[in-house]
Amino acid sequence: MQTFDLEAQGLRALNQALHNLKGQQTNETAWEVVNPKGSHAIAVGVDAPVDITVRGSTGYYCAGMNKQATIRVKGSAGPGVAENMMSGTVIIDGDASQYAGATGRGGLLVIKGNAASRCGISMKGIDIVVHGNIGHMSCFMAQSGNILVLGDAGDSLGDSLYEAHLFVRGSVKSLGTDCIEKEMRPEHLAIIADLLKRGEAEHLAKPEEFKRYGSARKLYTFNIDNASSY
Amino acid sequence: MCGIVGLFLKDPKLEPQLGAMLTEMLITMTDRGPDSAGIAIYSGANDGRAKLTVQSAQPQVDFKNLDEDLKDAIGTPVLMLIKSTHAVLEVPAAQLDAARSALAHLRPSVKVMSAGDGIEIYKEVGLPKDVAARFEVAKMHGTHGIGHTRMATESAVTTMGAHPFSTGPDQCLVHNGSLSNHNGVRRELKRLGMTFETENDTEVGAAFVSHKLQQGETLGAALEATLTDLDGFFTFVVGTKNGFGVVRDPIACKPAVMAETDQYVAFGSEYRAMVNLPGIETARVWEPEPATVYFWER
Repeated sequence: MQTFDLEAQGLRALNQALHNLKGQQTNETAWEVVNPKGSHAIAVGVDAPVDITVRGSTGYYCAGMNKQATIRVKGSAGPGVAENMMSGTVIIDGDASQYAGATGRGGLLVIKGNAASRCGISMKGIDIVVHGNIGHMSCFMAQSGNILVLGDAGDSLGDSLYEAHLFVRGSVKSLGTDCIEKEMRPEHLAIIADLLKRGEAEHLAKPEEFKRYGSARKLYTFNIDNASSY
Repeated sequence: MCGIVGLFLKDPKLEPQLGAMLTEMLITMTDRGPDSAGIAIYSGANDGRAKLTVQSAQPQVDFKNLDEDLKDAIGTPVLMLIKSTHAVLEVPAAQLDAARSALAHLRPSVKVMSAGDGIEIYKEVGLPKDVAARFEVAKMHGTHGIGHTRMATESAVTTMGAHPFSTGPDQCLVHNGSLSNHNGVRRELKRLGMTFETENDTEVGAAFVSHKLQQGETLGAALEATLTDLDGFFTFVVGTKNGFGVVRDPIACKPAVMAETDQYVAFGSEYRAMVNLPGIETARVWEPEPATVYFWER
């Protein structure tokens, strides 16, 4: 286990050490970051199959652009956690602030508490599992990937949605423009079962308890009747 | 951007450390707002005395014999404590308005930062650490306080453009964001008798809340009204003689984190600002919901 004291050694040294692992055969596969104290940009841009545990809460953009790594935050995360993640896994034990998993292209983001507004905004392939609730304008313009919410969703869920799958167990305060409830088919239940398992939530919910929301496909597809408005 | 910090103490044992705790929180928020900084601290309310905190660009000239001149004008001794560009003038509570009127006449160039039973406001242009040091904020005690680090957007970087803004007795407000309908609201509030020192959008937010309180509304109701009448981005933290309130606009893009223990309620634009508070590890930490009013009163 490599222990890194963020307060003593500094952020640049941490991220440089993690970036140095790229493409290396290394035994340094388990990392621990202590004294994060809400600092920004912890473990951003990691591109190696390592495990990183952050012992405390983080500030802006923790685990941004992650590739391959498993990053676990033993606390809450500030705005933009796992923004633009490519692959790997990010697990937040506490809550996440706004735009968690924004624009994420791959990998898995698990938030064990609540996520604030704009969770999964413009997601393009990432899977997101939230054990609690998500805030307003979540999944705005979400393009692909899956989000599974065990709690409730705030206002304007999935506004201007493309082809992401949204699964919510609790209430949805309101659906955004062009987002509708859709039929749950066996292939969707299989996706949910897989997300529950990978999202450490199998013991918390069953696939049949969720509702599926998706795009009505009226907004983003060309409609000949509206040709004069374009 | 801007940074906000706030502390409302429940445990009187922490009161001697209020200034030190707020100073540390304020300095942590320097990179959210390095232009200017300010702090409002509440102490000594209900002891029959009231305080005017005043500011001058020429303190050597303006503050010279100010206590004696005021005494002659209002007929009662005035206790003056000078701190750099600011001075606190303490008078019997019943004489506060008389002292304020006399001051305007005696020293027209002096600005009133705050007036009330408990409030003192110190604010200046410069880095938060320098502003806190010149006013020795770390030595101050009190029951609650609010601090602000400013990254200016809507008006010039000046002392009077720094936060907190005080537009009513023992009231103050700090703001992260920008209001888009402040000119219209200012015109309406002027018509209703409110006065303004600056062209700043936040001063309008402060005066809006003060006007509601003047009308007899509760702090909660006054904050609730900001959600319908003010347009733009805002996270507001408001102080009154006995209370401390927080409200965010419905979009809620301006960050806010709160923490509560048996000893205090704390506010920070980021969690970072609160990491050294006692017992933060076991505090209830949460992000205030959009369009939701939170307030604490003793």
